[in-house]
Amino acid sequence: MELAVFALFALLALASALVVVTHRNPVYSTMSLVITLVSLAVLFVLLGAPFIAALQVLIYTGAILVLFLFVIMLLNIGREETGPSSKLSKVPALAAALIFGGMVALFSWRAFRDDALAPLTEEFVSLKALAGALFDRYLLVFELVGLLLLVAVIAATVLARRPRPGEMEPLEPRPEGEAGNAPHRETAP
Amino acid sequence: MTVPVSWYLLLAAALFAIGAAGALTRRNGITIFLSIELMLNSANLTLVAYSRLLEQHTGQLVVFFVLAVAAAEAAVGLALFIAVYRHRRTIDLNRINLLRW
Repeated sequence: MELAVFALFALLALASALVVVTHRNPVYSTMSLVITLVSLAVLFVLLGAPFIAALQVLIYTGAILVLFLFVIMLLNIGREETGPSSKLSKVPALAAALIFGGMVALFSWRAFRDDALAPLTEEFVSLKALAGALFDRYLLVFELVGLLLLVAVIAATVLARRPRPGEMEPLEPRPEGEAGNAPHRETAP
Repeated sequence: MTVPVSWYLLLAAALFAIGAAGALTRRNGITIFLSIELMLNSANLTLVAYSRLLEQHTGQLVVFFVLAVAAAEAAVGLALFIAVYRHRRTIDLNRINLLRW
C-alpha cells in the first residue's frame, strides 16, 4: 500500500518536474510545479511529517506559486520569444548528470547502508516535539526568519512600486543627443 | 512494506538534477525561477527523509525555515522581475546582460 502510494506520487512528481523545465509557456510550467509540490507533500506525509506537508500546500502552492502566476499574468509574458529553448545542450546536461551522480554518491555514505526504518511512533509524528524544538532551541532563528520576511516585504514593495514622475526615464527610447546619465540601453534588434 | 529511505533520496537527487538542468538551459526568467524552486523542494525532500531516518525533528525544522526563505526570495525576485520588465520590456535573460561579464 505504502509502496503503491510512493510509486504513484514519485512518478507524478518526476513527470511534472520534467514538464516544468521543458514547457515553453510559463503558466503551464507553474501549474505543473503545483502538481510536483502537492506530490511532494504526499511524500512528506508518508515520511511522518504531516505538518511540513500542510505547510508545503499552504505556503508553496497557496502563496508562492499564486504569486508567480500573478506576476506572469501581470507582465503578460507568453512563450519565450527567442530560439528553441527546450533543447538540452551538452554542458547543462553534463552538469545535471554530475549533480545526480554526486548526490547519489553522497547519500550512499550513510543512508543506503542502514536503510531499515523504525516504524513511525506517535511521538515522532506529533506536533508537540516539533513545536518544542522550534520555540525553544531555535527561537532565535524563528525570530530572524520573521525579520527576514519583513525586510523582504519592504524590499518587494519598494522594487515593484510604480515610479514617481521624473524618477525613472520613460520607456520609449530617448532621442539621440539627450543629455543625462541614463543607464545604457540596448536597441532592440 | 515500508519504502526504504534511499528511494526518497534517489527521487530527490533526480528532481534536483532536473531543476539544475532547467535553470541552466532556460532563458525565461520566470522559468529559471521555477527551476530553482524545484531544486529547493528536492532539498526539502532530502531533509525530511533524513529526519525520518535519524528520528530527529531538526530536518523538519530546517524545511520550515527553507519555506520561509523561499517565500522571501520569491517576493523579492518577482518584484525585481517587475522592475526589470518596466525598463526593458522583456525578462529574457539573454537580453538582460548588463551585469554579465
